Amino acid sequence: MILQAENLTKHYGPVRAVDGVSLHIARGETLALVGESGCGKSTTARLVLRLIEPTGGTIRFDGEDITRLPPGRLKPFRRRTGVVFQDPYASLNPRLRVGDTILEPMQVHGLGSAAEQRARMRELLGLVGLAPFHAERYPHEFSGGQRQRIGIARALAAGPELLVCDEPVSALDVTIQAQVINLLRDLQRRLGLATLFIAHDLGVVKHLADRVAVMYLGRIVELADKRSLFANPRHPYTRALLAAIPHPDPARRGMLRPLGGDLPSAANPPPGCRFHTRCPHATEICRRNDPPLLDGIACHHHRELPAMDMAYAGALSETATRRLARYADAASARSIGAAAERDA
Amino acid sequence: MTVEHLAVSFGRTRVVDGVSISIEAGRTLGIVGESGCGKSVLSLSIMRLLAQPGRVTEGRIGFDGQDLLALPARAMRALRGREIAMIFQEPMTSLNPVHTVGFQIIEALRAHGAATDARATAIAALGRVRIPDAAAAMDKFPHQLSGGMRQRVMIAMAIACKPKLLIADEPTTALDVTVQAQILALLRELQAETGMGLILITHDLGVIAEMADEVAVMYAGKIVERAPAKNLFDDPQHPYTLGLLGSIPRLDLDRERLTAIEGTVPPPHAWPPGCRFTPRCPFAVTACEVAPPPLREVSSGVLGVGAPGHQAACIRAPL
Repeated sequence: MILQAENLTKHYGPVRAVDGVSLHIARGETLALVGESGCGKSTTARLVLRLIEPTGGTIRFDGEDITRLPPGRLKPFRRRTGVVFQDPYASLNPRLRVGDTILEPMQVHGLGSAAEQRARMRELLGLVGLAPFHAERYPHEFSGGQRQRIGIARALAAGPELLVCDEPVSALDVTIQAQVINLLRDLQRRLGLATLFIAHDLGVVKHLADRVAVMYLGRIVELADKRSLFANPRHPYTRALLAAIPHPDPARRGMLRPLGGDLPSAANPPPGCRFHTRCPHATEICRRNDPPLLDGIACHHHRELPAMDMAYAGALSETATRRLARYADAASARSIGAAAERDA
Repeated sequence: MTVEHLAVSFGRTRVVDGVSISIEAGRTLGIVGESGCGKSVLSLSIMRLLAQPGRVTEGRIGFDGQDLLALPARAMRALRGREIAMIFQEPMTSLNPVHTVGFQIIEALRAHGAATDARATAIAALGRVRIPDAAAAMDKFPHQLSGGMRQRVMIAMAIACKPKLLIADEPTTALDVTVQAQILALLRELQAETGMGLILITHDLGVIAEMADEVAVMYAGKIVERAPAKNLFDDPQHPYTLGLLGSIPRLDLDRERLTAIEGTVPPPHAWPPGCRFTPRCPFAVTACEVAPPPLREVSSGVLGVGAPGHQAACIRAPL
């Protein structure tokens, strides 16, 4: 296990932002942490990175307990972790050239000679789909998608074993989002990185995760392999998240099932199951008893719930699917052609 | 509303180029496109809220028998909000943080001449957007509300004067998916109640499929495909539309890579002379670079012969 977090809590006064979260990530594995704004997913990411101090619980990195490690002794841990943030506009230093932004982590950790660092920086630019001349430019000269590529190159610079991505594609246009999802997927494959991937979009998660944890009001309510989570979502909240996604299929119009109500305050979470105030299946026991996460599910009634109607996923028409396949073929033929032309 | 051959320039750069759209009462027109395609400039032009140096250089905007571009500023001000209303992506930046929700709705009502019983009208408007305990919500400040509730307040303000047309510019983009579903359902209910026309601007084809009757796909200042929603999804014709469809993360497939569009939208001053999608289009041939393709009727027979009203600006369509 590269990362093991046990019973993590983070309280801000009365607000229980994270309230007893346990998770682990194996080497080379991607765990997605999914939930709505305010569920505590980003706080959890900051806790496991030791960017904020936990109120309780333990964090182990590669077997070592780092929960109370003083800041001065965190440097080796910092080198072995990388972070990609949501907002590519806010997370790059506007006064540093892109090359220097990528070099910085290597310099801080004294990795290799100056020449080796520059070679590695150029290699990283290529890895994320940018060109060597981009090193001389400033962040404002790049689009949002390119900035996120720079952010990823910087996160990888020191050769981390664990990458934490905090909603890395949420701020991007859908076509750019697709490019960055593909890039992250390819990097996972090539580098065998363990990743904690924070997202509010289950569709994105489907493309990137091995396992998925669904969070609600500071707690994990369901934790499962990607395949079983999407094939058989067990928690009513997971189902509600899936049923709320609009699909590019007008035949499904009117089938969205909005979850009623708002997220309750984390300063005053409901007694019993925290989801019971919005749950269509809630009964007396849900209002009284807080269900523990057992066998990947925290719900009193998960065994009795009828299977979810899988029509939730929608589909593209045959013609659209056929044309899209042709598009993909033409695009890959074109990029092979362009590469051959460059080599020639 | 009918917009004909609208062109909008910033200095010498034309950012909206010959756009024609129309929308009937009670219908929803979806406008799809990425950042920089001109969709927000288009909606601001309709409202005549374009900031300098932006300027409409060509075209006509007909609304309910009037030519909006020819209206005196005062008449336009009276029409704005009362006949055509608009909501934006981020309700937090559109609401005034130092005034209560009630104050802001009443202010909007008074500006449009509803002086009598404005408070009761405002409470009724909050009730219509399903805000629980509307009377209590009147005294809240925007920061005391969730993102979804703030967007409901924005919608309440927009529909308080019962506009005939509502322009919603990415109304759910900043919201969580469950809240988005609530807001979309709300917009549909309000439309059924009031018979207003809705122009929904978004980059999300899922939202379009859920809401729109007709769809216009915009790329680099032009409409590249226009069709009834069913036709667009059953029989997508323009390569850019296909690329948008391929970019959506999907729950029904277990594939790993998305069919993404390569590159980015070029800035207006760098738009190529022929078809503007050429540099990113996998189907592009030499002829695509020569002249801008006209928006023409297309039909591949998928939906029966000559599905009416389906147009694409691509010389290679049907693909």
